[in-house]
Amino acid sequence: MVCKKSLEPGKNAAKSGLCRIWPNLPAIRAFLVVMLRLLLLLLLVSPFASTAQDIVFVKADEIARWKAPAGDTVRVINFWATWCQPCVAELPAFEKITAEYAGRPVQVILVCTDFKRDVDTRVRPFVKKKKLRSRVVFMDESNPNKWIDSVSPEWSGAIPATLIVCSAKGVERFFEQQLDLETLRKEVEAALR
Amino acid sequence: MKKLLSLGLFMLTALVFTAFRPLIGTGYGIGDTAADFKLTNVDGTQHSLAGIQGAKGYIVVFTCNACPYAQAYEDRIIALHKKYAPLGFSVVAINPNDKNMQPGDSFDKMKDRAKAKQYPFLYLYDETQEVAKNYGATRTPHVYVLDATRTVRYIGAIDDNSEDPSGVTEKYVENAVDALLAGKEVATKETKAIGCSIKWRKS
Repeated sequence: MVCKKSLEPGKNAAKSGLCRIWPNLPAIRAFLVVMLRLLLLLLLVSPFASTAQDIVFVKADEIARWKAPAGDTVRVINFWATWCQPCVAELPAFEKITAEYAGRPVQVILVCTDFKRDVDTRVRPFVKKKKLRSRVVFMDESNPNKWIDSVSPEWSGAIPATLIVCSAKGVERFFEQQLDLETLRKEVEAALR
Repeated sequence: MKKLLSLGLFMLTALVFTAFRPLIGTGYGIGDTAADFKLTNVDGTQHSLAGIQGAKGYIVVFTCNACPYAQAYEDRIIALHKKYAPLGFSVVAINPNDKNMQPGDSFDKMKDRAKAKQYPFLYLYDETQEVAKNYGATRTPHVYVLDATRTVRYIGAIDDNSEDPSGVTEKYVENAVDALLAGKEVATKETKAIGCSIKWRKS
């Protein structure tokens, strides 16, 4: 249907009430078609686009949940910050563990301890740039003295630090140092056994 | 024979324990007496705790230039010295980081930083890292409050909020020094904080 308003205004307008409401129906239809195509394209492309994970903010009580028995699941909990050189240096090893043990009961959690004001400006861009696949969470607590001991009484607070835990099997290994892939593999294998 | 064997075993165990003791119990705890030291200040002169005149105690802070947590506390460390040095508790800042592991913490960079911020306190370079090892410091900043006899009275963080000075609810170091000045027991003797690991020299 075409509303030839300009040629014969009186006649055509009288033909259909629709033309009075939507005088430019073909244009609207064309617009809708274009939008639909764009939507389809977006749906097709999105699985291949690099979608950065969303960083979840956690409180100190989350630590107890990480350490609670969860079947055979081995949790590798690493405390890091974007500005910490040894932390950044060991991140690829943790990413490797995430990749190698996909489909097995191993969960890597990267607990970010940057300043809160830097989460949007530094941490999110960092996670996106490095395409981190391991789960990243932000420890949203202002006083570390409240929660450091609950990770491990052995921990002085220096980072990097890593806790490998599988409560169901009584495994709890703490490291206040930079770890390499070999050590991580060995520890994860031992915890899985 | 059996007695001799068990005695030998005992001695061996004792020997092993003595040999590995420094590895097991590293650093000072509350109540230990801290050893004095002689380190170079950013002005090139040598300093020790004993050289600080009229000291009623010391606020020994392991800190550095490059660590964001140390940077966040820089102004608060300066304020600590300004408040407590006249009362007999000077801040003695010590950078324990290896310059090869962290070039931003070299002696020259220390001089630059001290000059730029006009540090009113000693900023000493622990080049051999022996002092940090003796104290058991692991991170920056890491504070040890000592009394006049160098007995360790407080170990830990400066306060309970590194990111936001206006959000501080407990000033751990100030409370400890105030208690010592009042001749009282320090209430909170040890705290922990997230900090940059000390950059130890690769051996």
